[in-house]
Amino acid sequence: MKPGRLVRTVMLAGFLFLWLPILLLVGFAFSADRIPFQWGGFSLRWFGVLAANERLLEAAFLSLRIAAAAATLAVLVGGGIAFALARFGAFRGRALFGALIGAPLVLPEVVIGLSLLLLFVALEGLIGWPAGRGALTILLAHAGFGAAYVAVVVQARLAEAETSLEEAAMDLGATPLVAFWTITLPLIAPALVAGWLLAFTLSLDDVVIASFVSGPAGTTLPIALFSMLRLGLTPEVNALGALVVLVVGSALALAIWLLGRRRA
Amino acid sequence: MSRAILLAPLWVWLLMLVAAPVLILVVMAFATPADGVPPFTLGLRFAAFAMLVEDFYYAEALLAALRLAATTAGLCLLIAYPMALGMAAVRPGWRLPLLALLMLPFWTGFLLRLGAWIGLLRDEGLVNHLLRGLGITDAPLALLYTEGAMLAGMVHAYLPFAVLPIFTALIRLDPALLEAAADLGAQPARVFFSITLPLTLPAAAAGFLLVFIPAAGEFVIPELLGPPEAQVIGRVLWQEFFQNRDWPLAAALALVLLALLILPMRWFQKLGAST
Repeated sequence: MKPGRLVRTVMLAGFLFLWLPILLLVGFAFSADRIPFQWGGFSLRWFGVLAANERLLEAAFLSLRIAAAAATLAVLVGGGIAFALARFGAFRGRALFGALIGAPLVLPEVVIGLSLLLLFVALEGLIGWPAGRGALTILLAHAGFGAAYVAVVVQARLAEAETSLEEAAMDLGATPLVAFWTITLPLIAPALVAGWLLAFTLSLDDVVIASFVSGPAGTTLPIALFSMLRLGLTPEVNALGALVVLVVGSALALAIWLLGRRRA
Repeated sequence: MSRAILLAPLWVWLLMLVAAPVLILVVMAFATPADGVPPFTLGLRFAAFAMLVEDFYYAEALLAALRLAATTAGLCLLIAYPMALGMAAVRPGWRLPLLALLMLPFWTGFLLRLGAWIGLLRDEGLVNHLLRGLGITDAPLALLYTEGAMLAGMVHAYLPFAVLPIFTALIRLDPALLEAAADLGAQPARVFFSITLPLTLPAAAAGFLLVFIPAAGEFVIPELLGPPEAQVIGRVLWQEFFQNRDWPLAAALALVLLALLILPMRWFQKLGAST
């Protein structure tokens, strides 16, 4: 086989490997059979069963709320940290500052989860806040690592954007705040949106850290899914997978269409 | 002045949510487990670390985790390099859609993808169904809860992270170098081995580490797809914490895992600075 063809074959096989399990998961969501991944004729019954599963719906709703709040907090903090690192030059403790924001990117999830749980337990013992563990502690934990990802994305954008525009605005009499609001913020807005989406997805997908820092009141969708999958697989999971792929796929199609329209 | 006002809350955030937890982890590793809520008494004891040294179970769990991480990262690299080559070779207009196709599985939910593997590999799953339907086997093969299932899940979850840095390095290669080599009479294989491969080796190493580092602490995939005896460090830490309620031992395990990952992390940072 010629090298070019070999490379193309491996590439196609790689994409097939990535996509086949997902496509099968989605396809069999429309099967009537009670055993997942067995074809028993076309049916939408598992979507109905999924819609009637209140525990899972509640968990999904909780997850969405936590993810939205955590992503918003992560954008505020991560954006601020990126701005400080990109525009403040050398300030005291800058190296430590940079190391601390980078740490959640490389620390193993079990270590982050355990250490944050210990922090929340210690805080509760010392100052009584946060009282107990649940949605609030999951939110804080997710905002913590979300901010690290936002900071990377925004810092990259700030490094590309030249400071000359901000300087020109201030030379022309704009206060730093006005220069930030009218120049910097519009420049980094796409990065902030991308960072928000990244933090949102990571929060929605996290089971390990959430398991450590959640209490009985904090059953997020991944925690509920994880305990379901431990017992095996039910066709409801297929239906959920199909819904997620549908939502993500249409969001992506919309994004591509919007980007294409803006360029045209 | 205004800088200080912006920096102060950011410092508080980083010190509280990143620095303090790690320090508390160190304190906890020297505490003693106790009955009660929370289940420990503070102190300066080395019991947890002594246990890690005395009971080979923990050393084996560390080794198993490093082996799993290295195997996963190695397999990912073997698939990712040719994949990245293929993606870099398509017409530029195709690159973005292929990149989207590579990263999209990441947005479809980690646990749902593991659910798909369970559906494929379990006894009454699709693969066994097909094997029996084609008359290849009579009884279902035990595919799920095996090393193979665990590796498939690991590679499936981490492969895109290995492809990305290699793909980026490949499309940034100076085409003039490749053309010059070809003009001077080098065969395509020679061009690849004397120019493309050496210049993208740092990116390949970065791809390897990008998989290796998170894979070493992985808990969910061995738990859902692996055999019961695949006691990797992430799983052992989880059990010590949630089932045995031995917080000091779990903290000590976390510190040991961190210590083992420091070298790969430093190496990754160096690669990041040079590429």
